[in-house]
Amino acid sequence: MTVYLLRRLIQAAGVVLAMSLLVFLGVYAIGDPVEILISPDADQIERERAIRSLGLDLPLWEQYLVFLGKALQGDLGRSFVFNEPALRLILDRMPATLELAVGATVAAIIIGLPLGLYAGLRPDSAASKAIMAGSILGFSLPTFWVGLMLIMVFAVQLGWLPSTGRGETVEVLGVRWSFLTWNGLSHMILPAINLSLFKISLVIRLTRAGVREAMLMDYVKFARAKGLSPNRVVFVHVFKNILIPVVTVVGLEFGGTIAFSVVTESIFAWPGMGKLIIDSINVLDRPVMVAYLMVIVLMFVVINLAVDITYTVLDPRVRLEGKA
Amino acid sequence: MAGKAHAAAGALLSALVLAPGDARAQQAALTMAVGAPVTSLDPHYHQLSPNNAAASMIFDRLVNTDHQSRMIPGLATEWRAVEPTVWEFKLRPGVRFHNGQEFTADDVAFTIARVPNVPNSPSSFAIYTRPIREVQVVDPLTIRFRTETPYPLMPMDMSNLFILDRQTHEGAATEDFNGGRVAIGTGPFRVVSHRNGDRIEFERNDAYWGDRPAFARVNYRMITNDAARTAALLAGDVEFIDQVPTSDLAKLRGDQRVTLSEATGMRIIFLGLDHMRTDASPFVTDNNGQPIPRNPLRDVRVRRALSIAIDRHAIVDRVMEGAATPAGQYLPAGIYSHVPGLEAPRADPEAARRLLAEAGFPQGFRIQLNGPNDRYINDARIIQAVGQMWTRIGVRTAVEAQPWSTFIGRAGRQEFSAFLIGWGSNPEGSHPLRNLSATWSRERGWGASNRGRYSNPELDRMIELALTELDDAKRERILQDAQRLAMEDVAIIPLHIQTNIWAMRRNLAHTARADELTRAQDVRPATAAASR
Repeated sequence: MTVYLLRRLIQAAGVVLAMSLLVFLGVYAIGDPVEILISPDADQIERERAIRSLGLDLPLWEQYLVFLGKALQGDLGRSFVFNEPALRLILDRMPATLELAVGATVAAIIIGLPLGLYAGLRPDSAASKAIMAGSILGFSLPTFWVGLMLIMVFAVQLGWLPSTGRGETVEVLGVRWSFLTWNGLSHMILPAINLSLFKISLVIRLTRAGVREAMLMDYVKFARAKGLSPNRVVFVHVFKNILIPVVTVVGLEFGGTIAFSVVTESIFAWPGMGKLIIDSINVLDRPVMVAYLMVIVLMFVVINLAVDITYTVLDPRVRLEGKA
Repeated sequence: MAGKAHAAAGALLSALVLAPGDARAQQAALTMAVGAPVTSLDPHYHQLSPNNAAASMIFDRLVNTDHQSRMIPGLATEWRAVEPTVWEFKLRPGVRFHNGQEFTADDVAFTIARVPNVPNSPSSFAIYTRPIREVQVVDPLTIRFRTETPYPLMPMDMSNLFILDRQTHEGAATEDFNGGRVAIGTGPFRVVSHRNGDRIEFERNDAYWGDRPAFARVNYRMITNDAARTAALLAGDVEFIDQVPTSDLAKLRGDQRVTLSEATGMRIIFLGLDHMRTDASPFVTDNNGQPIPRNPLRDVRVRRALSIAIDRHAIVDRVMEGAATPAGQYLPAGIYSHVPGLEAPRADPEAARRLLAEAGFPQGFRIQLNGPNDRYINDARIIQAVGQMWTRIGVRTAVEAQPWSTFIGRAGRQEFSAFLIGWGSNPEGSHPLRNLSATWSRERGWGASNRGRYSNPELDRMIELALTELDDAKRERILQDAQRLAMEDVAIIPLHIQTNIWAMRRNLAHTARADELTRAQDVRPATAAASR
């Protein structure tokens, strides 16, 4: 296990380094941040000052080396726009995104698993067909449209929930969380639902397919023949076996939710990382873009590792040593 | 129904949360949402409209501007040029900063010294302090600025600089402002808290020297998505929004719960043309797709034809839903140095075709019109409309819209033949003239936004004359002549001037500003009794 972890860490470092080069080159190939950030009033002298002040007068390779040198000391650069360390900006926004992503993922599991299980066990019932039809909608409706519809119905028409923004927050361990007050929670509901619709559908479909497949397997027949109760067959034997693909997908989806909940965060004016990155892209705030992508790369590396470890817990046949 | 639900939610809320704020506090509070995020509370870090709007709630300038961008006394009560190269500002007595520090001439001197030295500034305010050669504190309430040459724009430059306090802000970094710790000015509001890119909470400065704002507390939120901002207003989560999308105008005008306020802005939307190349222009070809060896856009008859081919009224009515004014010059009516009688050219495709024929293009030519698609109101649709109008006179036009972040860099490198762009003016003709149409010159600092590289020595001479003329009436005449000349020569093709639109719940009223700034001190209850 230790050897495996070590090897994984070295791999991860390689991935991160390669990504830093790709990201840096990619981000620095688009546009001219000074043209965007500078006041139209600025004359040529002021423009040149701004270029120097942002370090854009250096050749690209030198800019990259400066970036790399600082990154090794944990400094991913200063935002052009906010004049604050890019990493701190991102970490400041991370709790907001995290709680939304966790909320959405929990909703996906709590709602998706039982529905998928039911649809798998009774594939021909009317309710199952309704669930499957609903999951198609969850897949195919675009997030921005669903988000706006949620706002129109629940905030504008019914007035049940607030339309946008993050509500009251409570500080716990120096981090502000909003799920601890009713006001904060009520602000979270609509964006979390919006984020989770796709995931719920995904979990339903995966679970259903898994159950349908597992029910025909010999071990299930054997368990039944052995006289085990139907509940035990389903919740112990079937359930454990279908969880592997579900865990994989939910894990990767969780990463995707944290990294790319851009649309939902913009529509609901949710002050998370997704909103930060889209605002930063619009004004070509390169340090924030690069830092953000680096954070995301790191996060995916960690999540993948966590998923692999979960496998061994769920399925003793998966041996980490053998795989690496 | 909605009211009941609100009441129920409210009851639930007060049952669950300890101190949700009582009803009286609710009435004295205003929640507003702006479309463009405030990125810094340091008033000298980034010259950017949203930042200036927030700053003008917290800080004051020597010279403030009213809703029509006319200069009015701010922290200075009067100003005059005591010598051709010396400006004197008399300061307002008895003004205090939010932390009780007294405001004096020394603070102005400190501000002038700080402005060029804000580290990492992506767009500094130093352009407004550069003409000052020497600052002289005459007495605690009098300050003088000496310049190299006579400089009539000094009061206007001062209307862009927010004044800080030497005691409070000596050594303060941009981060200290953003954290709210030293976001301390003399303005009508003080900062309670600031969450970057999300919201700023203000409370009224009861010791303010000027008009007392109507609201004791202000929640200044940033909702960048247009549809979400409108929805938040309709849902009652916010009471006031800016940058109302034109597509929502019809709906909001018919809604009993909201009311709109509008003002003709100072932002002109225009087309720039490639004046630089004498040989082939990159996106101009003949009708067979072959490059034309001489750039037709250098011929004033072609430029005039392209200008009068455009039906500006149609664009304003159909594309802009009426939220703009057709333009034939840089500045809107009612602003200093606007040229009276210089109307938006009337659309005349026949005359345009004749002009093209005279210029040697009876069959027209092909051109590509570029523009941004996420910067100005309906920008991509405007260039589509212009493309059709040009095609109608035989200039077959391809249209390409792209995101501002890639567009603006290419425009700055003179990669386009024709492009749409906007310009937010100061209320002074020399401002657009010097930046947009004067010959590009690093030494003079002119033409920095002259992306088509138009050049006319006669126009340069007139601008130079205006920039050293201290007599406002004389300067206005020179500037009007200069603008006439620039328009006669079609230095740019003006399209329209945008209307700034705000929307609010019906119980509020607002003084709409030409300069686009969204500030809480401009909002008040519609009538004293109308608060719910």
